[in-house]
Amino acid sequence: MDFISILSIFILACFVGYYVVWSVTPALHTPLMAVTNAISSVIIVGALIASATAGGSVLGKYLGLVAVVFASINIFGGFAVTERMLAMYKKKDRKG
Amino acid sequence: MHELAATPAWASLAYLISGILFILALRGLSSPASSRRGNRFGMIGMLIAVATTLALHGTGLVEIAIAIAIGGAIGFVTARRIAMTAMPQLVAAFHSLVGLAAVLVAGAAFLNPGAFGILDLVTGHIHQVSRIEMGLGVAIGAITFSGSVIAFLKLNGNMSGAPIMLPGRHVINLGMLAAIIGLIGYFLTDDAQWVFFTITALSFVIGFLLIIPIGGADMPVVVSMLNSYSGWAAAAMGFTLHNTAMIVTGALVGSSGAILSYIMCKAMNRSFISVIAGGFGGDSGGAAAGGQKVDRPWKRGSADDAAFLMGQAEQVIIVPGYGMAVSQAQHVLREMGDLLKEAGVRVKYAIHPVAGRMPGHMNVLLAEANVPYDEVFELEDINSEFSQTDVAFVIGANDVTNPAAKTDKSSPIYGMPILDVEKAKTVLFVKRSMGGVGYAGVDNDVFYMDNTMMLLGDAKKMVEEIVKAINH
Repeated sequence: MDFISILSIFILACFVGYYVVWSVTPALHTPLMAVTNAISSVIIVGALIASATAGGSVLGKYLGLVAVVFASINIFGGFAVTERMLAMYKKKDRKG
Repeated sequence: MHELAATPAWASLAYLISGILFILALRGLSSPASSRRGNRFGMIGMLIAVATTLALHGTGLVEIAIAIAIGGAIGFVTARRIAMTAMPQLVAAFHSLVGLAAVLVAGAAFLNPGAFGILDLVTGHIHQVSRIEMGLGVAIGAITFSGSVIAFLKLNGNMSGAPIMLPGRHVINLGMLAAIIGLIGYFLTDDAQWVFFTITALSFVIGFLLIIPIGGADMPVVVSMLNSYSGWAAAAMGFTLHNTAMIVTGALVGSSGAILSYIMCKAMNRSFISVIAGGFGGDSGGAAAGGQKVDRPWKRGSADDAAFLMGQAEQVIIVPGYGMAVSQAQHVLREMGDLLKEAGVRVKYAIHPVAGRMPGHMNVLLAEANVPYDEVFELEDINSEFSQTDVAFVIGANDVTNPAAKTDKSSPIYGMPILDVEKAKTVLFVKRSMGGVGYAGVDNDVFYMDNTMMLLGDAKKMVEEIVKAINH
């Protein structure tokens, strides 16, 4: 992909983000932050590429593995805590 | 070595699908009913992204599996054990990890450009476009990391919430920012190690410096802003790796954090610049308090009075704030609400956008205490109801109820939208003592109104006593 195609995807995604996030109900702003945290750890893709490289810089490989650990904390932690929070939001008729 | 330019079509499509699933994950949050399905979409999207990457680069799988297992276990256990009141700290800690991961990935890409397909095979140097993207990625990542660490320490109470003001900090910060931008420019002509590592080091330092002057009460803006940065860092690395899933996610998270910062600033009537400049508001106030406090008469009430007044009411609106979180009063507050409802009182909750230490903080705590979300209302939806309400029960909130924001042009909170509790027939104000003022350091006229009754004491204990009195 050339730079302009990537830039196009990025800018269009910013617009999608703008409209999608404005439609999030304020009551769910904390889960929103937790889940955006989890998905921004898609940076694990870069960490995996660095870790899976045979040859090249050994330090680079270990930096990648450490990044995999951090990103995994975020992915598992972020989705799990979001799930936990969302499970608490209940409507009136289900008294508990 | 693998060249990214040659990413097979199926893999590109898989990354695109995971990007779409992430969009749907956020879309699900438009209502609590669809939110959990959204979260599942997010998980599937992540699984697809990880599986695709591993299928493309299939070496070293054992080490990778161990790394994921370690990280996953830590993350999962933390997420299950953390108290809901500690959510702002947890989110700040998570932000710092995204930032650090971005720095490490940028470092790995710098050390091993061939693996990331950013090496110009003719010159043996890194592609120039990639240098800019990497430079931005590592700078934003490092700022996100160190800024979030400070935010975490302040929110977790390891560090005072009071602003720390260095002399000449604006000059220092602007100078460092200029140096970072200059070095990223210079990186274009020379991809030497010292340039890359200096950019990284300077960015770590400026992240610390940017957040230490910002007071505890401005943390909702800071946490949102760092959320946004973590997104931009991911997007910059997505540019480097030509990866659609990362670019789409980065853009989503970046806009999400930016919008949340905007909402928070608007709810405090502050400009983003003035929040970033810092110096406003410490832990529980007093920092900026003026000397013009006059002794004015006020009425003190007891738990029995409060129980009686609310028991007689047709409608009670509860206004929670950070003080409710601090004393963990949400559960007993819900119990009080239930008892009142049994007695035929209509009970509603009113949430100011900046109540608490992060966006939506109060909503989560009330949800934790099993308060149904359709009894919880945002400022603009409920504000007109105070004039027809018998009792406004303010617990742990202060500045967000201060009418000076509407009338007193000299007040530091002038122009901030507030909850009109003073219009209710009676205001019950739960507060630790009369001495303290809110984070803005201004006195609240509501305390001294004829129809206000101050309930002094710890929020949780006071509500417990009211519950006892209602049960009598």
